[in-house]
Amino acid sequence: MYWNSLSDFLAMGGYGLYVWGSFGMTALVMLLEPWLALRRQRAIRLLLARQLLAAMQEEEKQKKSMGAEPEETA
Amino acid sequence: MMPLTHIYKFAAPAAFYPLAGRLIPWFWGLAALFGAIGLWLGLAVAPTDFQQGEGYRIIFVHVGASWMSMFIYLVMAFWAAIGLAFNTRLSGMMAAALAPTGALFAFISLWTGALWGKPMWGTWWVWDARLTSELILLFLYVGFIALTHAIDDPRRADRAGAVLALVGVVNIPIIYFSVKWWNTLHQGASVSLTRSPSMAAIMLWSMMLCALAMWMYTIAVSLIRVRGIILERERHTNWVKALLLELNP
Repeated sequence: MYWNSLSDFLAMGGYGLYVWGSFGMTALVMLLEPWLALRRQRAIRLLLARQLLAAMQEEEKQKKSMGAEPEETA
Repeated sequence: MMPLTHIYKFAAPAAFYPLAGRLIPWFWGLAALFGAIGLWLGLAVAPTDFQQGEGYRIIFVHVGASWMSMFIYLVMAFWAAIGLAFNTRLSGMMAAALAPTGALFAFISLWTGALWGKPMWGTWWVWDARLTSELILLFLYVGFIALTHAIDDPRRADRAGAVLALVGVVNIPIIYFSVKWWNTLHQGASVSLTRSPSMAAIMLWSMMLCALAMWMYTIAVSLIRVRGIILERERHTNWVKALLLELNP
């Protein structure tokens, strides 16, 4: 182990702001990006599933009302 | 060994989607492992630099991020070329999935470079060849993302993006060789293919492991993104419908 104390480690020989500013931003980006990507992937899946279910229900309704006035579809 | 023909099977989105899902945890695991060892060596074990003191430790994130920003662009351009040449569906999706991660690594490269430049050169930024060409790389990524999002038809968006990606690829050797071709503030390469590295073994190992961790990270996060893109674009196919109903009954 190279460092004598925690404050030594944090000070980085006077370069603390620059070193931790670099590592901190890198960590922030590399934690935020996967979180956002995963959230978006799940949102897409959920939205598409809802749209599909809605479309299927619409189709059912159409089948039931066959013979009656044909409904207007958006 | 698996026969080579089996690889082509995974070029179909229906086969690639579940494969990507199975691979993602493995790449997260490798990224965490390499990152933990690399950071331990770089921040706790490696001695100080005789010229730059402790400030040199920025190298452990700066070099990996810069390499990935260039490497991801090359991979993106490769998929763009494949997509243009063979009109394969998955290629455009791969390029689109890679671009945001490439842009973020270009940003990290510039950010850590500025934080390194300030104490060592006395300035956050100079318009020198290495820095300017890296900034252009960030703009190329942003341009690619903006262009492909501005076109509604995905196949047309892929083709337009592919042309931009291929034109921009000329910038990569400019970034890489800029420190040789021009007089710049930026130091030369610490690692090269033709001569032995100009740094201590422990620092080199740490830098390599951090870069490797970023590589594994890139694969994991772009596979997550490409899965979302596949679902969006293939939503009218039977396999996606079956998958959606299975997951959300």
